[in-house]
Amino acid sequence: MAIFLLLLRRIASTAGVVLGVAILVFLLIHLIPGDPVDVMLGESAQPADREALRQALGLDQPILTQLAAYLQGVVTLDLGQSLHSQQPITALLAERIPATLELAVVALGFTLLLAVPLGLVAAAHRDTLWDQGAMTFSLLGVSIPNFWMGPLLILVFALWLGWFPVSGRDGAGAVVLPALTLGTSLAAILARMIRSSVLEVLGEDYIRTAYAKGLSRRRVLLRHALPNALLPVITVLGLQLGTLLAGAVITETVFSWPGIGLLTIEAIQSRDYPVVQACVLLIALTYVIVNSLTDLLYAVIDPRIRVGG
Amino acid sequence: MRIWLPVTVLLLWVFTGLAAPWLPLEPNAIDLERILASPLSTGGMGYDDLGRNMLDRLIAGSTTSFLVAFWVVGLSASVGTLIGSFAGYIGGFWDRLLVQVINLFLAFPGILLAIALAGILGPGIENVVLALTVVGWVGYARLARAQVLSLRSREHVMAAVALGVPRARIVRYHLLPLISAPLIVEATFGVASVVVAEAGLSFLGLGVQPPEASWGSMIRDGTRYLLVAPHMVLVPGLAMVLVVLAVNLLGDRLRDRLDVRTGGAGSEG
Repeated sequence: MAIFLLLLRRIASTAGVVLGVAILVFLLIHLIPGDPVDVMLGESAQPADREALRQALGLDQPILTQLAAYLQGVVTLDLGQSLHSQQPITALLAERIPATLELAVVALGFTLLLAVPLGLVAAAHRDTLWDQGAMTFSLLGVSIPNFWMGPLLILVFALWLGWFPVSGRDGAGAVVLPALTLGTSLAAILARMIRSSVLEVLGEDYIRTAYAKGLSRRRVLLRHALPNALLPVITVLGLQLGTLLAGAVITETVFSWPGIGLLTIEAIQSRDYPVVQACVLLIALTYVIVNSLTDLLYAVIDPRIRVGG
Repeated sequence: MRIWLPVTVLLLWVFTGLAAPWLPLEPNAIDLERILASPLSTGGMGYDDLGRNMLDRLIAGSTTSFLVAFWVVGLSASVGTLIGSFAGYIGGFWDRLLVQVINLFLAFPGILLAIALAGILGPGIENVVLALTVVGWVGYARLARAQVLSLRSREHVMAAVALGVPRARIVRYHLLPLISAPLIVEATFGVASVVVAEAGLSFLGLGVQPPEASWGSMIRDGTRYLLVAPHMVLVPGLAMVLVVLAVNLLGDRLRDRLDVRTGGAGSEG
């Protein structure tokens, strides 16, 4: 019952945020300095063209009518047409989603593969060279932005060694470098969290009990400490998955990876504002929903959360 | 890690950032003989694809990143602190409104909202500052509000209320001094994330306009010549990472010194 109430409350508050996000994204286009039609067509456009675009965008209507039409479009998945390619925006988005999904899944895999051993080793060998090495990696990973990490990986692994393609999404190897770029920066944050979480758990009584039973250090770490230490990490992992699914705009641009993020930048460059709006909306909604699901998952896994509900 | 190393890097950044306009630099001068020349053959930091001196552009770029960091962190920290501490202290409607606004802003991952804003406002350093401030104040508001909430029923505040001290004065003299430590730490890490965000926007072509120099746009220009002139990407990137590392190290040190427990170094780009 408690979990059911929690679910209801969660859905209600998520719905509120979703509505707010949709309105904020709608308002974005009204932030364009001056006349948006001028910005999109240029100062020299014909008056007839301007009028046509104004009507196509609904800018001749009162703002509340525009908002109502926009929200209706969001609910019915009819986001209008791209100004640039004249294609329906929903189709444009659908075309790009698989690429973003693929990148997110592989990048999350890399993140876990890097962060779990690093964090565990650092905690198990606290204040040794291992620990320092892992935490130096973490500091570097946090400080090196993806738009520098990406080109460095391209230089070494694509241009010098020739192991992977430079950019694009052709062939199975193409996902490796962009996913590694995203994975290292996320793993840097996650490894730090896992380290401090494991250290906290290692101080608990049941760990002492496990040692007292005569269990090996390895077994204590992997079977008793790690699962409990990973619980608080789930929240961070959910945030990171949200970021990844949301489309890593910069990383996708570095590698010309044809996902939602690259579409956003392409639309900004061609001043295709309806597409920009749709992309930002999709990204933010994905992020909000993944985060809400993470919270729920957390409550399901850890009964202690439900009590406070 | 000894503290003088990051401090030296930061002082150098601040100095070049402020002094660049008075230094004898020619960041936009073109030397056709030296297009893509590497640092090994010409000394200094080499030349870019238009034959411009990379060292001069690097220093000019430090001005861009320093000014943007200065204004964005300054503006968003003061606006956020003001709004957050007042909402937290007054409570009621304004506080609930602020919490909703904060939740709304947190619904956008990373610098997506800044990218969308900068993309829509158009390029230019003022728009970069505007976009990053609009996104940045929320973090300070949230922190200031949480801090004030935990302090507002302290005895010295109660005493001030009983004495009839006006609200603004209570916030200014009885609350702000107590909440400044975590805000200073947050602002320090904020410098690192703004440097990365500015470079990120410029990398996407949404920051300063050519021929003006930004470390981000220098990296962007360099990605087309990775094989023939890797220094075009290495030089500005290294400068940026050094600054970001220095800020993060300093932030860690400051956090330990001021005994603040907050989230870790965060930068997304």
